[in-house]
Amino acid sequence: MVTTAPAAYDSKVEGNIIFSRLDACINWMRKNSLWPMPMGLACCAIEMMAAACARYDIARFGAEVMRFSPRQSDVMIVAGTVTYKMALAVKRIYDQMPEPKWVIAMGACASSGGMYRSYAVLQGIDRLLPVDVYVSGCPPRPEALLEGLMKLQQKIEREKAFSDQKKELQGVFS
Amino acid sequence: MSLDEAASRLQEQFHIIQRIDFRGEISLELPLELLEQACKFAKEQLGFNFLTDLSSVDNFGDEPRFEVVYELYSLERNIHLRLKARVSEDHLEVPSVTHLWPTANWHEREVYDMMGIRFSGHPDLRRILMWEGYPYYPLRKDFPLEGKSSNTPDVAFSEPAPLAGGPFVTLPSPGHIKDREPRARHAEDQ
Ligand code: SF4
Repeated sequence: MVTTAPAAYDSKVEGNIIFSRLDACINWMRKNSLWPMPMGLACCAIEMMAAACARYDIARFGAEVMRFSPRQSDVMIVAGTVTYKMALAVKRIYDQMPEPKWVIAMGACASSGGMYRSYAVLQGIDRLLPVDVYVSGCPPRPEALLEGLMKLQQKIEREKAFSDQKKELQGVFS
Repeated sequence: MSLDEAASRLQEQFHIIQRIDFRGEISLELPLELLEQACKFAKEQLGFNFLTDLSSVDNFGDEPRFEVVYELYSLERNIHLRLKARVSEDHLEVPSVTHLWPTANWHEREVYDMMGIRFSGHPDLRRILMWEGYPYYPLRKDFPLEGKSSNTPDVAFSEPAPLAGGPFVTLPSPGHIKDREPRARHAEDQ
């Protein structure tokens, strides 16, 4: 004879259940494990390396896994002067990153061309890529990059990818 | 052999247009046709076994307009000699010296890239800093600092940079920092 236990109130399990929104969970996971694509193009890259080293330790914010393959990264840190000769290569690497992806423009050069108002330098990587966070400075100190990263985390926290998708689907099926 | 002797031997051997002695440095200006032979002579007979630099000058408005400059150095004797030759805009062709000093390879590519002077006999004369297909020579005096737009599909594009009244330069002055800080200045403001 098969007996099935009725779904019963289990006091042991109850304490381990947390109710949340899917967006909140996903965003929490994403923001605490941002794998950067270090696009080090000039002097700013040195400060980015400093931010990754023991003294500033970007690992405290979950972004220590610098990947040199765009296919494994979430956030591109454009650190340095983007020359026109390099610009389309940067764009191509960005295009190879899987969604969702973000971009930090680190330093004056990546944000606006910086002091290079000249024939050879792209006047800001935002002319090619959608930039999420601009970090000012020439070069920015590692703390500034970390603050940029925290700003990006705050931005990711507010994303509503799943609830937007749900709304869209409701529109389709109703 | 001292620098002076080396320069005199070159002067005996070749027709020198102009010799400039300045603070212990000697510059010899030669006709372009003699340049390659003079380089060969300097290397093989006078022991200038190192080409420190090869550069070019745009004397915009003068004729001949361009100038190539060779900085020769002798590692044995620790002497430094400068050779120059004028290049006319109508015939932008200079003999390559890569067979004498292999280091000339990239220097000549740079001169070609920035000034548009071609080097005959160069093994691989491609642009070195700008990309293949860029239509201008950006270090010429008549090329604007902000650049010009161009497009080489799938390779690169370029657009003029906003100069906002610039270029921004600092003036050397003993004054207050607020007077020295970089600001837009034009030739006529000097
Ligand atoms: S912003 Fe300054 S430090 Fe950074 S790449 Fe540009 S020039 Fe270098």
